[in-house]
Amino acid sequence: MLATLGKRLVTVIPTLIGVVIVTFLLTRVLPGDPAVYFAGPAATPQSIADIRKSLGLDRPLPEQFARYVNDLAHGNLGNSLSTGRPVATEITSRLPASAELTLLGLILSLVIALPLGILAAVKQGSWIDHTCRVVATAGVSLPVFFTGLLLVYVFYFQLGWSPAPIGRLDAFATAPPQITGFYLFDSLLTGNFETFRAAFSQLILPALTLGIFSLAPITRMTRASMLAVLASDFVRTARASGLDNRTVILTYAFRNAMLPVVTTLGMVFSFLLGANVLVEKVFAWPGIGSYAVEALLQSDFAPVQGFVLTMAVLYVALNLLIDMLYGVIDPRVRLEG
Amino acid sequence: MTETTLNASAATALKPARNSIFSHAKYVIAENPVTGMAFALFALIALAALIGPYIVPHDPLASGTAASLKPPSFAHWFGTDQLGRDIFSRVVVATRLDFIIALASVALVFVAGGFAGIAAGFFGGWTDRIVGRISDTIMAFPLFVLAMGIVAALGNTVTNIVIATAIINFPLYVRVARAEANVRRDAGFVQAARLSGNGDFRILLIHILPNIMPIMMVQISLTMGYAILNAAGLSFIGLGVKPPTPEWGIMVAEGAANIISGEWWMALFPGAALMIAVFCFNLLGDGLRDLVDPQRRT
Repeated sequence: MLATLGKRLVTVIPTLIGVVIVTFLLTRVLPGDPAVYFAGPAATPQSIADIRKSLGLDRPLPEQFARYVNDLAHGNLGNSLSTGRPVATEITSRLPASAELTLLGLILSLVIALPLGILAAVKQGSWIDHTCRVVATAGVSLPVFFTGLLLVYVFYFQLGWSPAPIGRLDAFATAPPQITGFYLFDSLLTGNFETFRAAFSQLILPALTLGIFSLAPITRMTRASMLAVLASDFVRTARASGLDNRTVILTYAFRNAMLPVVTTLGMVFSFLLGANVLVEKVFAWPGIGSYAVEALLQSDFAPVQGFVLTMAVLYVALNLLIDMLYGVIDPRVRLEG
Repeated sequence: MTETTLNASAATALKPARNSIFSHAKYVIAENPVTGMAFALFALIALAALIGPYIVPHDPLASGTAASLKPPSFAHWFGTDQLGRDIFSRVVVATRLDFIIALASVALVFVAGGFAGIAAGFFGGWTDRIVGRISDTIMAFPLFVLAMGIVAALGNTVTNIVIATAIINFPLYVRVARAEANVRRDAGFVQAARLSGNGDFRILLIHILPNIMPIMMVQISLTMGYAILNAAGLSFIGLGVKPPTPEWGIMVAEGAANIISGEWWMALFPGAALMIAVFCFNLLGDGLRDLVDPQRRT
């Protein structure tokens, strides 16, 4: 297992190099001059030249790149222009909010999508199957920010069940002490059920929005791969040996059908991390997505660059995790590695 | 606009089988009425994009404080926004801009990704490795996040939204074109063309490209929906399209603030238009795939 992990880690390196090069190129080569932004509207050519020199922008590109990589190695993502705070600390403090939201969204989606997909495959042609098909086609057509607003309208304005979409906690609740950064865990760990309730009621709508968004690909894939597995020889053998339906479907078919579903998760994560930005904007969620959007609108480039890099590294790490999961589910992958 | 390109390319690619392809199309549509519906919807959207600005009942930019934030009524079918602008007119007029953004980005990536993919599949070797490495690097990013970064770097304009949308779709086109070209690399007709003294580029353009055109058309209609969603998402967070220009994503963003006070119509109608357009292109893509590639029919 460790050897497999090592081998897989080595293949990640070129990808990471590519990611770093692209985030570097995004700022340096393309039009748009950071020095002009820094100098502000009252800049003279002389002051711009000075700033360019102090930022090291007058150096040749390879040297600038070396400096960028060196900064990255020291965990330095530069400073935000508008707030003056280091981007790295800002992103680390906001990351748990985004992670909590995305993870709960994914869990909600899996809890609905897996049973739905399995049932649709087992009872092919039934109403569940048709529901599944509608969900899969309609789900990919729903703009995620639109779903979010609809949910807010129905559950906040019409029914009054959920609190106003104004972030992780309403104004009256206090944040739990920081242990993991996930409000749900932290409040439970400190036994503060009042805060847990408040945090959960704020979290459920945005998480549901993300969940609905990723429902479609997971349902579709689960159904398709269950259908393929159920038609295979070993399932027929299992049935012929007199195993009951439950064992055949859950123990034999499901485990094998999981492989393509896990592969799809990679694509789902790509969508989820992007959709996260839009959902954070709708629900005023104080995560890294809304941080990047604010910075983007002010042409504040360092936070955006840091955000793109963080997201890409996260995504690469998630894909690595998925590969590992693959080995856990399918022993054959482990042996080959 | 697309209809003519569609027909033209279908005609060039499938000339000998023209009669059979039409009867086959009729058969597929008859078998799957949803595809027929998607074609009808597409015609409606194309119509709105073409003549929408000339037939709407109100000026999409005309504001009037007397009629601000009115719910849907007979005079204003979709209601009015906080400046008293007619939402119905704005939704219809916005069709053209959204359609053009999606179409332009898809056309761009079709040319760039298509050629890079064909070249990679046909030549193999270094070309393949370089194109593959570029694709992989793009795929290493969450795509919407990369699009945000590109727009931020290039500058906050509609043109750059088009470019960013094209770039994030690049790997999809490369993959399809590369696979299709690779299969045909040593096909009999290619060898015959080479023996008759055709150069590599001539073979690529005259012999291979027309053959993979149908499958690329499917890819186009499958990614159109995604391109619309992506562009609307970017303008929802405030990139590209500037107010007061009517565009679906920015209209939903403008209506977002009013959702919590109950004025649902400002966000609902442009959002629904967006959803229907994307739904239509997805169905159309599935339908076209059934036509072109019956083996993958679901």
